[in-house]
Amino acid sequence: MDEIRNFSIIAHIDHGKSTLADRLILRTGVCDARTYKDQMLDTMDIERERGITIKSQAISLPYQARDGKSYSLNLIDTPGHVDFSYEVSRSLASCEGVLLLIDAAQGVQAQTLANLYLALEHDLVIIPVINKIDLPSADVERVIEEIETELGLDPGTHLECSAKEGTGIDEILEAIVERIPQPKGDPKEPLAALIFDAQYDSFRGTVIFCRVFDGTLSAGDTIRFMFNDSQYRVEEVGHFRLTRERREQLCAGEVGYIIAGVKTVSSVGIGDTITLLERPCGKPLPGFKEVKPVVFASIYPIASDDYEAVAEAVEKYKLNDAAFVYEKDSSAALGQGFRCGFLGLLHLDIVQERLEREYDLSIILSVPSVRYRFTLKDGTVLSVDNPVHYPNPMTIAASEEPYIRASMMMPDKYLGSVMSLCIEKRGVNSNLHYTSPGRAELTFEMPLAEVIFDFYDRFKSMTQGYGSFDYDLIDYRASNLVLLDILVNGEKVDALSQIVHRDRARARGVLACDRLKDEIPRQMYKIAIQGAIGGEIISRSTISAFRKDVTAKCYGGDITRKRKLLEKQKKGKKRMKMIGSVSIPQSAFLAVLKSDTD
Amino acid sequence: MNRQESSVPGLYIHIPFCKRRCGYCDFYSVTDTRLITGFLDALFKEIDKYREEFREFDTVYIGGGTPSLLSLDQIEALLDKIRHAFTVPSDAEITIEVNPADWGINDLNKARDMGINRISIGVQSFNEEELVFLGRRHNSGQAMRTIQDAHDASFGNIGIDLIYGLPGRTFQQWQDSLMKAMALEPAHLSCYELELKPRTPLGLKCEKGEFPLRTEDAGRDFFMRTSEILEESGYIHYEISNFTRGMDKASRHNQKYWDHTPYLGLGPSAHSFKGQRRWWNHESLHDYISDLLEGSLLPAGSSEELTGEQLRLEALFLGLRTRKGIDLVQYQRRYGYDLMKEKGQVLKELSRTGLVEIECGCIRPTRAGMAIADSLALL
Repeated sequence: MDEIRNFSIIAHIDHGKSTLADRLILRTGVCDARTYKDQMLDTMDIERERGITIKSQAISLPYQARDGKSYSLNLIDTPGHVDFSYEVSRSLASCEGVLLLIDAAQGVQAQTLANLYLALEHDLVIIPVINKIDLPSADVERVIEEIETELGLDPGTHLECSAKEGTGIDEILEAIVERIPQPKGDPKEPLAALIFDAQYDSFRGTVIFCRVFDGTLSAGDTIRFMFNDSQYRVEEVGHFRLTRERREQLCAGEVGYIIAGVKTVSSVGIGDTITLLERPCGKPLPGFKEVKPVVFASIYPIASDDYEAVAEAVEKYKLNDAAFVYEKDSSAALGQGFRCGFLGLLHLDIVQERLEREYDLSIILSVPSVRYRFTLKDGTVLSVDNPVHYPNPMTIAASEEPYIRASMMMPDKYLGSVMSLCIEKRGVNSNLHYTSPGRAELTFEMPLAEVIFDFYDRFKSMTQGYGSFDYDLIDYRASNLVLLDILVNGEKVDALSQIVHRDRARARGVLACDRLKDEIPRQMYKIAIQGAIGGEIISRSTISAFRKDVTAKCYGGDITRKRKLLEKQKKGKKRMKMIGSVSIPQSAFLAVLKSDTD
Repeated sequence: MNRQESSVPGLYIHIPFCKRRCGYCDFYSVTDTRLITGFLDALFKEIDKYREEFREFDTVYIGGGTPSLLSLDQIEALLDKIRHAFTVPSDAEITIEVNPADWGINDLNKARDMGINRISIGVQSFNEEELVFLGRRHNSGQAMRTIQDAHDASFGNIGIDLIYGLPGRTFQQWQDSLMKAMALEPAHLSCYELELKPRTPLGLKCEKGEFPLRTEDAGRDFFMRTSEILEESGYIHYEISNFTRGMDKASRHNQKYWDHTPYLGLGPSAHSFKGQRRWWNHESLHDYISDLLEGSLLPAGSSEELTGEQLRLEALFLGLRTRKGIDLVQYQRRYGYDLMKEKGQVLKELSRTGLVEIECGCIRPTRAGMAIADSLALL
C-alpha cells in the first residue's frame, strides 16, 4: 500500500485536464502514442466535442520514482457538470489528493474554485499546477498570486507545466508520490469498497469501478451491495490500464474493477458499499445517495415507423446509464413514445444526442418538466411529471412543487444581478456570506422548475463564467399551479404543454409563443400559435406564410439539378415532426422554456 | 412500378453558339462561330448514334445558344438529317429559337417552308435600358419587327420570351413591356423572373453588392400581377412561367419535360431522359466534337438511374408547376404512392388556404400556389 497513490485532476473547463492526463499516461509508458490515440478514438465523441467528461474514467499508471521505488498512480477522471455532481463527489471520495490545474493565461476561474471546495470537503491534498506556461499570454506571476489570494493555498506548493509540450511532467509525477499520502486501510479488515462508477460491457455485463478502503477481494468471493442489498459472485477483478487488466485480487488502497455477472448498471448504485457476504464490514462507507431523476420529458420518433427502433435504442442505452429511467408513453399529437427521467437538462441533452448519434435515430423530446404533487379533494396524492396527466383542476385540493437549496459562489461584484435573477426565479430565504474578501457565497431556496431550465445558462453568463452553482433538493412546497397549453393552428399539442406557477403563466405563455415563432420555420400557410389556460387564450403569435419561392425555369430538360435541390430541402424537413399540417423542428420543444436573454 | 411509355418522345437540339454572352444566361454556349461546321458534323454523328434507341419524335426543339446564327441551309440540312434518321410525323411540333434582328421575312419564310411551325423569339424586354442591362444585342424596334415578320410569314404559333424583375425596375415599367408584347398578339408568352445565377456576369455583380436582390414580397407581387394581367387578357397561365392563347398553342415539347415523357437532347450540355434514366452531355464543345469525330464516342457527361422515390418527387414538383396539376389516380398508378392517403391532411390545409384546388381527382396549384410551387412539392 506504500506504493499506491490515488488522485484526480480537477480544473475549470479548457484548462487542459485531458491533455495533462494524456501526457501522464504517455510519460509513464502505459503505451505508445499511437496505440493510445487508437484507444482514445473509442471514447465518446460527445465528450471530446463538448470538452466535458460525462463518464468517469480510471487508469493505473506504473511509475518508477526518483526514490527508486515503483508506484501505482491511480488517476480517476471525473465528470464536470452540476448534473453529475454526485458522481464527482464519489470519485473524489476515492482519492487522497488532487492536481488542481490552472491555465497560466486565464488564471483562477469559477470551476477552479468550485472544484477546490469539493476537494477540500473530502480532505484531499491539493497540488496546484499551473498549465500552459508555454503560451505567449501566460502570466505565471499573477496566477501564483491568485493561488494565494483567491484559493487560499500556499503559493510555494505550486508546480508549473505545459501539458501540450510535455514540460514539468516529471515534477508532477514526483509530487504525486511525495505529497499525496498513501491510502490508509487494512487488507485484513472486512471488505469495504466504494463504487464510484459502473459501465456496461456488452460481453461481460456491468463493470463496477471501485476503490477498496479495507479488506481484500478476489474472484470467487460472494459480495454484497449494502444499500441495494443484493449479492453477486465475483467473476473477475483487476486494474485499469488502457484496457482492463485482470488481477488475482484487489487490496485495501487500490482502485480497480469488478465483474460479477451484474446484468445492468441500474442494479449498481453509485456510492454504494461493497462488502463480503461471509464477513461483512460494520457499517457502509459514508455519503451514499440514491440518484433520482429530477427532469422528465417524453421521447418520440420523428417518423412513427421508427417506434420499434427507438424502443430498442432506449433499452440498450439504459444498460449504460443508471441515472436514466424510462417507461412507455403516448401523446395525442406525437404518437407512441417513452417518458424519461434525467438528472438535469445537460443529461437530457446528452441522452438525446447519444440516441440520435449512436443509434442513428431522429427523435423529438417533449417540453421537460419536474415532478409535481397534487392532493385531490378525495385525499388521493398524485405525482405528476407529465403535463398530460395534470388532474382536472376542479378536483385539486392542494398543489406542491419541488424546492431546492441553490448555493452559488462568485466574485461579489456579480451579487446584485445574481440576486435579482434568483428573485425573478421565485427564490426565497437567501443567505449570504463572504468566503474570502471579494468572494461571496449566496444560497437561495428556489422552485426546481425555475432553476432547471435556463437558470444555469443565465447565471453563467451573468457571472461571466466566474460563478459556480450547485443545488440540493430540499422539499415540496405548496404552490399555485396551472396547466399552460399550446395550440398550433387551433390544435392542442400536448407535448408542448407545461405546468407553471399561476403568477408566471401569462409571461410563460407569451414567451412560449414568441419562441415558437422563432423556432418554427415559415411554411406554406400562416401558422397561429396560441397559449391557453383552461379554455382561455392568454397569448398568441403568428408565423407568416411563404409567399414566393419558386424558380422561374426548369430549363432545357435539366430536371436533375432542381430535384437535387429539393431532395436536400426534403431531408431537412424530415428532421421535423409533422403535427397536424405543421412541421415543428426538434429545437422548438426545448426553446419554449428558454428566455429571450440567452 | 408500371411505367407506360405511351407518349412519343421529344427531340432537343442544343446550338451552342452566341455572338456574345448575355449577362444573365448560364446556358452553355461559345462565341467562336467558326466552329459551327465542326459542330454540325459532330451533331450528325450523334444523331446516328441514337437511331436504334429512339425511333420517332413528335416534337423537335432547336434551342441554344442562338440557333438563328446558323444559316438557313444549315438548318435545313439538320432537319433533313433528323427526318432521315427518325420518324417525324407531319403534325409534329417543330420549334426554333430566334434572336430578334437575326432573321428577316425571307429567312422566316424559308424556315416555315422547311416545316418549322413554331417560333420562339428571345425578346426579353421592350425597354432599351433593360436590353442594355441584360446584355442583349438587339433593340426593341428590331424585336417588334421580327414578330411582325413572323406573323407575315404566317407562323400560327409565335412565342415571345420576356424577363421581369430587373433590379430597380418598377412593376409599371415591366407592365409597359408586357403591354407592348400583347399588342403584337403572340400565341405564347414566356415570362421569366430574372434569376441571378452564380457564375453569370450579373450574378457576380449582385454578389458584389452592385445591386440588391428582389425581396420575396416584390417577387410575389410581380408574379401575381403578371398572371392576373395576362389571364384577364385571355392568356392561360398553364405553367409557372408560361402563358398561351389556347391550350393547342401550349408548348408540346416542354410538356414532355414536365410529365416524364422521354426526350433526347443532342449537342453539348443537352439533357436526356428515358425510362428511369437521365443522362447529359458534357459542357464542352471542343470535347463534344473530338469525342464524336475522332473517338466516335458518345459525348456523355454523366447519368443517373432514378429511384422510385426520386421519380415520385420529380413528378410532384414538375406536376405542381403546371395548371393541369396532378391526376391522383394516374399518379398512384404510375408512382405507387397514394398522395391523398399519405398527405391528405396537408392537402386539405393547402386547399383551405387557397394554394391548391382539389377537384375531379386532380390537385392543381392556384396562382398563389404556383408562386410557392417548390414548397408545395415538399408537402
